[in-house]
Amino acid sequence: MRVNFVLSEALTGLWRNVTMSVAMILTTAISLTLLGAGGLLYVQIQETKDVLRGKVEVMLFLNDDVTEQQRDALQQRLTNDRSLVRDVSFETKEQAYERFRELFKNSPDFVQGVQPNALPASFRVKLLDPKDYSNLADKYRDAEGVSRVSSQQEVVTQLFSMVDAVKNTTFAVAVLQGIAALLLIGNTIQVAAYSRRREVSIMKLVGASNWYVRLPFILEASMAGLIGALIGWIGLILGKVFLVDGALKPIFNSGLIPVIEWSDILWTGPVLALIAIAISGVTGWSTLRFYVKV
Amino acid sequence: MGSSLESGVVITLENVSKRYPKSRRPALDNVNVGVDKGEFVFFIGPSGSGKSTFIRLLLREDVPTSGKVSVAGRDLGTLHSWRIPQLRRSIGCVFQDFRLLPNKTSAENVAFALEVIGKTRPVIRRVVPEVLSLVGLEGKENRYPSELSGGEQQRVAIARAFVNRPLVLLADEPTGNLDPDTSIEIMRLLDRINRTGTTVVMATHDANIVNQMRRRVVELDRGRVIRDQHRGVYG
Repeated sequence: MRVNFVLSEALTGLWRNVTMSVAMILTTAISLTLLGAGGLLYVQIQETKDVLRGKVEVMLFLNDDVTEQQRDALQQRLTNDRSLVRDVSFETKEQAYERFRELFKNSPDFVQGVQPNALPASFRVKLLDPKDYSNLADKYRDAEGVSRVSSQQEVVTQLFSMVDAVKNTTFAVAVLQGIAALLLIGNTIQVAAYSRRREVSIMKLVGASNWYVRLPFILEASMAGLIGALIGWIGLILGKVFLVDGALKPIFNSGLIPVIEWSDILWTGPVLALIAIAISGVTGWSTLRFYVKV
Repeated sequence: MGSSLESGVVITLENVSKRYPKSRRPALDNVNVGVDKGEFVFFIGPSGSGKSTFIRLLLREDVPTSGKVSVAGRDLGTLHSWRIPQLRRSIGCVFQDFRLLPNKTSAENVAFALEVIGKTRPVIRRVVPEVLSLVGLEGKENRYPSELSGGEQQRVAIARAFVNRPLVLLADEPTGNLDPDTSIEIMRLLDRINRTGTTVVMATHDANIVNQMRRRVVELDRGRVIRDQHRGVYG
């Protein structure tokens, strides 16, 4: 098989129908950008869940007028609660304030407005199974000296459901764009096959193998897919630069969601390219097989 | 596979019928024909008599409704679709409308047929001028079809069909678009190709040519063979 013949045929095909090719490539690119973004979010969420699962603490905030006796009793009870509790630590009012100051060190005005003794002391409980949060809350909510039970779990769950929604929307739009891209690829191949019908009929007449006849068209589709994947990848890189490291930086800096790393973006590129080449190639092939009879 | 070749038969049709879905009468109706290696056969008959269907069946562009078609020892009924290209490489084809690529020169048109079946560049460079001079187009290798006369265009088409030395040359009304003098020149060329041992099957309704050539004549009428005559005339 003559490689340059097949390649030049495919390139000519893309040029001949350049407006359609551009539409096809852009649609593919948008679809792949969204697919990539959705994929990155998905991986991110999984990672975050795993990381946080070990870290999430339930906080039992204590009344300001708690007695030492009540406090010791509570600690005793928590330490002995082997069915739920993995680890207990105590945080004094001073430690709480220290932590607060550290957390909001970028907003000194805010820190200044809070009295050092305004924050309650608390027991910080690590659970054996993070899902047992509400069991623990029920059990200790009315214990003496406890003012309020709170869990980072609630915050995390809310955050996750938000990110999940964003991820699902991204995937849904990616799928719709993907369908549009497939239809455009199919149409482009039909137009390409029509404009080359003379060549194709002669090729078949003189006994060119089916692959030789079809490959330029399939390659044309795959090339469009590859270019689309490249643009999609650039889209993700821009997203990293302007969103993750730009506008959305504060969210990632809060430490709840790990930052999307460059390495994640890097491996997305080849994955998107492979998906794009495979899907557009198969679309091209089946268009030829079922609609064009090349 | 070789048995029919050894006995010298290149084309056989056994009880072949072809019906098209929307047509009342069959395009071919129980046709039995054999063509030996090296023969020159005219298939004659008016439009709609089944000549084109016959050629489509030989090229495996279509399959018969019933009956068996064999070409070059291959039973086309059991031929895998991926083997069809192999079949077509053993058949050269010429048509009334030449079917040349307008944006390629005569040499490029012939070369294209070789390129797409994977011949190497040195082979192509050697073979193309050879076959073009064989058909009498020396010096016109770089002309585009629009710069050639109808007869010259048909010569390019014949060169393309013959360049692979096929077992069979199928010609579907090759003189249909040509004036009588040019037609005779084309027939001389086909005759010369036939003398190299290539079987030539030609569908035509040009009575003049058939009468001059005095070769085997198979006459079709409404899908049936009504005459099969050696050294025949148009009738």
